[in-house]
Amino acid sequence: MVRESQFHVLAVDDSLFDRKMIERLLQKSSCQVTTVDSGTKALEFLGLRESNESEDQSAPSSSPLTHQAQESAAFKSIPVVIMSSENVPARISRCLEEGAEEFFLKPVKLADLTKLKPHMMKTKLKKESEKPAKEENAVLNQEIEAKEPSVIEILPLHQKLEQEPILSNNKRKAMEEVISTDRSRPKYNDITTLV
Amino acid sequence: MNNVVAQLQRQFHDYLVSLYQQGFLDNQFSELRKLQDDGTPDFVAEVVSLFFEDCSKLINTMSRSLERPENVDFKQVDSGVHQLKGSSSSVGARRVKNVCISFKECCDVQNREGCIRCLQQVDYEYKMLKTKLQDLFNLEQQILQAGGTIPQVDIN
Repeated sequence: MVRESQFHVLAVDDSLFDRKMIERLLQKSSCQVTTVDSGTKALEFLGLRESNESEDQSAPSSSPLTHQAQESAAFKSIPVVIMSSENVPARISRCLEEGAEEFFLKPVKLADLTKLKPHMMKTKLKKESEKPAKEENAVLNQEIEAKEPSVIEILPLHQKLEQEPILSNNKRKAMEEVISTDRSRPKYNDITTLV
Repeated sequence: MNNVVAQLQRQFHDYLVSLYQQGFLDNQFSELRKLQDDGTPDFVAEVVSLFFEDCSKLINTMSRSLERPENVDFKQVDSGVHQLKGSSSSVGARRVKNVCISFKECCDVQNREGCIRCLQQVDYEYKMLKTKLQDLFNLEQQILQAGGTIPQVDIN
């Protein structure tokens, strides 16, 4: 196996404990792992947000990503996988409808991560016909709050979910979709994120 | 020397099996052990340690939230229980997790007395588990120091 083709996963969770767990699980599955503790940091890592933007999490974000960044192809091609400790079939279906590639129920086992392999392969094949390193990334998002599985790469805290316009339109909708029960559900393409 | 190692290994095996049998640990703990290897020999101990720290912090916070009967922050308590349930589940701390389930129910109906009882129980269970696992890790160390390897333990 060629070193450079090791899949890189970005894992997001505000719990140090969960970060440690998922990091080890992914390493054991031969992935390269980066963990961050917030959605903002994840976006910064992905290069989709300026690092000097306001980090005040209790107030609505005042610096949304530019439309251009939101629509960036690299961002869209990142696979999204959702993880949650809540086993609510309706919510799970919604996540998948909104474009998440997979749903993992916590606690995640080593065997579960083999489900990532097809997505990694898919991304690699896609990469061959496109371009850079970003496409190789799957973003791993962790459920942050008891009741609501977080949907995207970021947003460790459920109360912040409502206040993150920094995500692309589609992803944000998908996220809002998951956290509210009565919004309309826009379709959402090409995204793989591990949440 | 071999005898000593074999004896320690036997002790380790039996002790771990008893922890599963008595319901202190469940299958998730063995999943955790799978993640440990020669490159990460302290993984389980580290994760478990983090878990106990979490327990301590969360129990303190929840205790404060439950302190005044006229002003209980159930949202805060619920958040704490949720976190505890999640991490205890990930670690395989079965008894702790089970208390969290009852705890959540008390929280849902805003039963302060029930919550306090559950809080005390969680405190008891995590401390008990901490002691048990400490004994287990001590056995591991003894085995390694005697030149042996930690046995695989199949609980199925």
